[in-house]
Amino acid sequence: MSVTPAIAVESVRFAHAGGAGMAFDLAIPAASRIAVIGPSGSGKSTLLHLIAGFERPSSGRIFFSGREMTQAEPADRPVTTLFQDNNLFEHLTIAQNAGLGLAPRLRLTADEKRRIDAMLAAVGLSGMGGRLPGALSGGERQRAALARALLSGKPVLLLDEPFAALGPALRDEMLTLVTDAQQARGLTVLMVTHSPADARAFATHVLFVDHGRGSGLLPVTALDAPEAGSALAAYLGR
Amino acid sequence: MTSTKAHVPAARPSAVHAPAIAVLIVAGGGVALALAALAAAGLQSGGAFIAAFDGVMGRAVRFTLWQAALSTVLSVVPALLVARALHAHPAFPGRGLLLRLFALPLALPALIAALGLLALLGRNGLLADGLTALTGARWPGIYGLEGILIAHVFFNLPLAARFFLVALEAVPANQWRNARQLGLPPLALFRLVEWPALRAAMPGVALMVFLLCATSFTLVLILGGGPQATTIEVAVYQALRFDFDPARAAALALLQLAAAITLGVLVARVPMPVTPFGATRHTRARPSMGETLMHATALGLAAVLVAAPVLAVLLRGATAPLRTLLADPAVINAALTSLAVALSAALLAVGAAVALLSARTPMIMMLAAAGGGGVLFAASPVVLGAGWFLALRPLVDPFEAAPFIVVFANALLALPFALRLLAPGWRASQLRHDRLAASLGLAGWRRLTIVEGRALARPLVAALMLAGLLSLGDLGVIALFGSDAVQTLPALLHARLGSYRTDDAAGLAFLLTLGCLVLLWLADRFSDGALR
Repeated sequence: MSVTPAIAVESVRFAHAGGAGMAFDLAIPAASRIAVIGPSGSGKSTLLHLIAGFERPSSGRIFFSGREMTQAEPADRPVTTLFQDNNLFEHLTIAQNAGLGLAPRLRLTADEKRRIDAMLAAVGLSGMGGRLPGALSGGERQRAALARALLSGKPVLLLDEPFAALGPALRDEMLTLVTDAQQARGLTVLMVTHSPADARAFATHVLFVDHGRGSGLLPVTALDAPEAGSALAAYLGR
Repeated sequence: MTSTKAHVPAARPSAVHAPAIAVLIVAGGGVALALAALAAAGLQSGGAFIAAFDGVMGRAVRFTLWQAALSTVLSVVPALLVARALHAHPAFPGRGLLLRLFALPLALPALIAALGLLALLGRNGLLADGLTALTGARWPGIYGLEGILIAHVFFNLPLAARFFLVALEAVPANQWRNARQLGLPPLALFRLVEWPALRAAMPGVALMVFLLCATSFTLVLILGGGPQATTIEVAVYQALRFDFDPARAAALALLQLAAAITLGVLVARVPMPVTPFGATRHTRARPSMGETLMHATALGLAAVLVAAPVLAVLLRGATAPLRTLLADPAVINAALTSLAVALSAALLAVGAAVALLSARTPMIMMLAAAGGGGVLFAASPVVLGAGWFLALRPLVDPFEAAPFIVVFANALLALPFALRLLAPGWRASQLRHDRLAASLGLAGWRRLTIVEGRALARPLVAALMLAGLLSLGDLGVIALFGSDAVQTLPALLHARLGSYRTDDAAGLAFLLTLGCLVLLWLADRFSDGALR
């Protein structure tokens, strides 16, 4: 039987100005956790930007739950992204930053304010809503960004190495937080990572992107036993 | 990759100090001489120096500050809109041309802009008849405060817009992505993303524009109308050339210097926007129809503001008696003098820049940068010129020393521009070629001709053109030192304007503009976009 994938990237071609061509062909099942791995500059972030709508494919189509949205504005897509840095507006409080996920004009009702407080508590930032991002640690800032992403209610969450700069213990905590949220809400999550350990701990599937090509999901076990002589094996150093 | 760091010799290869030190001594000595002469003139005259701080000077100070403040507001506020418009539309047909147009005032002599405004809005300007019909009264021309303000906006709006554009481009790409993903409406986008970046750039940009407007000389000299519209700089010139009152000139020049240094220190302390490394574009949401219309209006008005005076000079000059002018010995003389002065000043400035860059001792570079910035901002040509005038008077006839003084002053003023244009490429070349040159034993002059002289031939030519352009159009020092014996094109133009031979002035302006545009075009070509 065929189930409509949460994200379908159909024969998408793209090239940065002056860069080599990229080609992606993917079907991401709903409520899955995908670790996107591959060498630096292989196109992992570009793939996420194509899905989010920051870049437009030169050809091919992108579907979300069967609906084509190749040309849709980022805000109109069922997608939200956590970047490695600059996720927060420095001059807005944590609560206001999180509130942008609910209302871009920041005219919040009392009920919405309660929801923001609850979400901040859920990501471990209770009582910190009034602070400015500058007063927070790196981990706390990414928690606030995660709160905003979850408040937006978008079913697809893209993680563009948001935890790469955190220490191992903090990274594990954040991954647990994301996994819990993903399971509770049935989110579809794509996470770019350079750490096979993180991929193993977090993902249900692995997507290997190499030289601007990405197609076909692998089981997480492929990380432990990559096909001998394959690009994945070379990348992992096996 | 193996580490090569251990093999880099501790002493940097082929550093040449002597020429750089000579440049610093000569340049610093020149500035020091001017300041010492001003101070001595003040001390010698004693009572007259004190008496110079009177109501007339008070009026000049008030007018200087008032016009600078108005000019700043009128330049900076529209510049915000222009920068936003340019940033919101990273690709549209004609954008490159528009950016080039906005770079024009940065290199165009102030004299040409002033004449352009007169050709457009003067008593007999191209628009005078239309304005007479429109207002119902004979159009009086734009002398005085209005003229000065328009001219200052012409120069400083594009400059401020460039800095604001850089500030917007420095906003991290992820902030724009966030804004797009959240679907921020235009007002929220402005409030949350654009305004914080612009606001951070505001103090630096506004202070810089204020300083430039407070020390502008040529525009006020040409467009100012009598004692009601005289700035400190112009008062220095008048005190020396017309009243011959050294005490007054010294008092005004020292006041100007103190004010400019104070402002210059403030400017240096306020951060300016810098172009970020690897800035990405195309991440801002496409603006709506209404916004696009607003942006197009802002860009259109700014383009007209910048293009109109230049076009007016060319249009008005085309009807001037060019043939008669070109046969006039005074014109031929002035043109030859201008060319000789521009060429000498350009060679001197670029030579000095190369000497400073070849030394690359941090100490020398720091001195050069600080000195260059100081000369640029604090010591205007008129203040320096006044000092030299007073210093030379007991020794020689200042008017006979004019050619040397003018060349020296123009070279000094062009030096910071030459340094800025050459430094990035020079640094890169040194990093790339140092070890190879050292292993081949290439040093000093040989290295200069074989390595940097060839690798950086294009920027060197661009720097020459730019330095030549700056001195070709200059009416600062020559206004003090010019005489019938030594006259450059700008000085001759000023003289003809003063004797109401407006057709001659228009024709000379046409020739001067053509010359400047050709040099600017060449400088732009050879700098490969570094000027923009």
